[in-house]
Amino acid sequence: MGDHDGRIDAEFAALPLTNLADAALDAARTLGADHADFRVERVRGQRIALSDGKLQSLSDGDDSGLAVRVIVDGTWGFAAAVDLTPEAARDAARHAFEVAKVAAAMNTERIDLAPEPAYGDVTWVSAYDIDPFTVSPKDKVDLLAAWSAGLLAHPVVSHADASVYQVKECKFYTDGSTTATQQRVRLHPQLEATAVTETGFDDMRTLAPPAGRGWEYLTGTGWDFPAELAELPEFLAAKLRAPSVEPGRYDLVIDPSNLWLTIHESVGHATELDRALGYEAAYAGTSFATFDKLGNLQYGSPVMNIVGDRTAVHGLATIGYDDEGVAGQSWDLISGGILVGYQLDRRMAQLKGFGRSNGCAFADSPGHMPLQRMANVSLKPAPNGPSADELIAGVENGVYILGDKSWSIDMQRYNFQFTGQRFFRIRNGRLDGQLKDVAYQATTTDFWNSMEAVGGPQTYVLGGAFNCGKGQPGQVAPVSHGAPAALFRQVRVLNTAEEGK
Amino acid sequence: MSPNESVATPQETIERALAAARQGGETVVIADESSTANLRWAGNTLTTNGVATSRSLTVISIDRRADGTAGVGTVTRSGVTPAQVEDLVREAEKAASEASAAEDAGELVPSETGFRSGSSSWSSAPGSTDFGVFRSFSSALGETLRAAEAAGRKLYGFAEHGVNSTFVGTSAGLRARYDQPAGRLELNAKSADLTRSAWAGASTRNFADVDVAAMDASLAERLSWQSRRVELAAGRYETLLPPTAVADMLVYMYWSAGARDAGEGRTVFSRPGGGTRVGERLATLPLDLFSDPSYSGLECVPFVVAHASGRDSSVFDNGLPSPRASWVSGGTLSALHGSRYSAGLTGLPVTPAVDNLILNAPGASASLEQMIASTRRGLLLTCLWYIRMVDPQTLLLTGLTRDGVYLVEDGEVVGAVNNFRYNESPVGMLSRVVEVGATEQTLPREWGDYFNRTAMPPLRIEAFNMSSVSQAS
Repeated sequence: MGDHDGRIDAEFAALPLTNLADAALDAARTLGADHADFRVERVRGQRIALSDGKLQSLSDGDDSGLAVRVIVDGTWGFAAAVDLTPEAARDAARHAFEVAKVAAAMNTERIDLAPEPAYGDVTWVSAYDIDPFTVSPKDKVDLLAAWSAGLLAHPVVSHADASVYQVKECKFYTDGSTTATQQRVRLHPQLEATAVTETGFDDMRTLAPPAGRGWEYLTGTGWDFPAELAELPEFLAAKLRAPSVEPGRYDLVIDPSNLWLTIHESVGHATELDRALGYEAAYAGTSFATFDKLGNLQYGSPVMNIVGDRTAVHGLATIGYDDEGVAGQSWDLISGGILVGYQLDRRMAQLKGFGRSNGCAFADSPGHMPLQRMANVSLKPAPNGPSADELIAGVENGVYILGDKSWSIDMQRYNFQFTGQRFFRIRNGRLDGQLKDVAYQATTTDFWNSMEAVGGPQTYVLGGAFNCGKGQPGQVAPVSHGAPAALFRQVRVLNTAEEGK
Repeated sequence: MSPNESVATPQETIERALAAARQGGETVVIADESSTANLRWAGNTLTTNGVATSRSLTVISIDRRADGTAGVGTVTRSGVTPAQVEDLVREAEKAASEASAAEDAGELVPSETGFRSGSSSWSSAPGSTDFGVFRSFSSALGETLRAAEAAGRKLYGFAEHGVNSTFVGTSAGLRARYDQPAGRLELNAKSADLTRSAWAGASTRNFADVDVAAMDASLAERLSWQSRRVELAAGRYETLLPPTAVADMLVYMYWSAGARDAGEGRTVFSRPGGGTRVGERLATLPLDLFSDPSYSGLECVPFVVAHASGRDSSVFDNGLPSPRASWVSGGTLSALHGSRYSAGLTGLPVTPAVDNLILNAPGASASLEQMIASTRRGLLLTCLWYIRMVDPQTLLLTGLTRDGVYLVEDGEVVGAVNNFRYNESPVGMLSRVVEVGATEQTLPREWGDYFNRTAMPPLRIEAFNMSSVSQAS
């Protein structure tokens, strides 16, 4: 449990949370709201960035506020305020009610919420050992500076950039039936080495994913940074010498450090029911995986099994209760290659008769209304499945891809293109040096149906990002994606240098 | 102190923070006040909406040391009450005293450069907005949604208005403030079977100048263009980019035009072997790309506001004037943006980034319609989407076409084409601009969340690289 012993941050716990909630919910009920819920959030963040071992920036942020969401005559109303006073809470309830009244004239679809059991007064704290906000900034900077110096000591490295973003998120939610007080901690460390030559430049970044862990993540728990940093300059030097890829179709063995992002874009967003029903059509887009295809779409090959999950330890989207008081769950999205589920909030669950939400309503800050947001969407490994080496051994002519870099997908989640950090040529079952200028491009269902094999649990890694964007006004959310290494047959590979000519 | 003892004005808060700072220390204080209102709709019905206010205070404390270096502590907190201001200052001072030397340490901007502002005085109250900004717009929207439903179209979209007031005070005596109103309307129309889709957007400062019914009418025409479908393969096509698409390409180029990274040899604007490409011709046509905080309709903050230092920004520059800057002049790269620190590293002039971007060409006056009429065969795009960098060496970007690609033959739109994934560099693209139209204010579809003050012309591009076909419609 670590230095916090499972307790909520003392400053947050000391806020008059119940008084504020009573003020807001009483005001909403008095005005005649059919439903009201209330949040108080405090999101602390610290960003540290070093350039060539020198401190470029160290800044602390602390965003607090309260929010009231109501349903009046079947229409949403939402208001947020920054002052944590009963007056501000009552005013927010009144503003939310007034907004709903104005908006009702333009609403033709009544909002109804799927039922969820009442959990009473509950507390949940994520799994971490050391609260990063208890570690001295000097110790953090010294660690990153030492790692930067190690990279810069290699003759190929012209520049080293190091950063770590740390977040501690405290949330209080109540709808009168469930009152949840929760706390999550997450870290995103990155180190990148850049080589500048007479003819150009290239770079390579660490594969370490962001994680729902504390400062212990940088000191030996969950990732071996010294080992990764020790080999990074040589990998970069080899990339500089590597031949440019010949475009064409190749078998790909994709490491989880790259595949997590492909899962995120081509499965995670595509299985959000609000997108599939068109509620994001004007902005993030819709989904080819429309509701009529539930239970019959051959999304991928029979070895494709994808789960939506709010419970994975150290997952960035893991939480006890969502922003509608729904308990964290794990459920199937794709089973044996067939689309069998969606990500839901209470409104979507009720609209399409699912009976219950699977807990995907989140707001990224006190100033925003909860949206349907992504769970940890992960590809299951094969029990007793092969290692990455064994997958590579089954490839005659291919590429082994590690690390994420560039990504893009269309607004219905068909056509995507990804690059990576490192690309190794596979010839006759063995790695044969690096390649450069590689991108792979495919249509989602073609790609996942070309997946011949997934690796075993020994290849499984939880990747992820802090900054999944969705909605208007825009919101960001942290999310993890677990994946084993996997083998895909005959995927189109582009040469990015030729594409840019 | 205002009547409510739990809240002070931002000006009072800044003076209180500066007064609380350690004697002899140096401090920068930034107070931000914002209010927003939004409406969102889908399938001809309202979906979400809301109003929000926020208030934050940033204290940047500078700890000068005997060896000439300085430590910097930066702390930002929302909802700070008067009683909490001193605690925040102490927190920033503690962070500064413990911080290792800041690489960009320099002098604060002197006060004699004068008070800077837009139209507001230092002492006047912060600007604000609320749901009332939509009063006439919301009734027009309601009517437009009903009319679209009756006509068999589905409308989706978003309207947002916000006002941010930023106040900067420093221990060097500088005081600066700016009120930034910003709004946008995005409208997406689809056929009832959702197979046809068209989009339009507008940026606005106050919603008095948007006409949602007219926007819907133009989208209805675009949907009618899509009644004939033409399947085209991937390849390089002569392409007409409308202003919004030009903005999305060039905003990314602008973000990538930092002086420091270029000087260090790691961007498309680096000269192989050392130095930058400033002075190099990028476009055959005499294009001018510039930023100007006083550009009519796109007014923005005319001084540096830096809550934290970055590659090309420095907290020591807070309050520094950021006047009109020319990035590309007559087709030649003329400047890269940076701080006083990055200018020192690169030897380039100090040219702070400005929060708007304008492209024009002398004498260019053709409308997009006139450019369509003079096209023998080419593609006409509506907008670009999901733009990401593929290769920093060439600034190769990838992305998708969206909400209408049209085939133009012999001066007329002859049908709607499938969508494409493109791979193009805005820098390479500039060298293949063969015609420029009249510059107009436009909303970048992709980057409008972050950067929505742009004025761009339509461009005709030779051999735009459509890398593959997207099935999305």
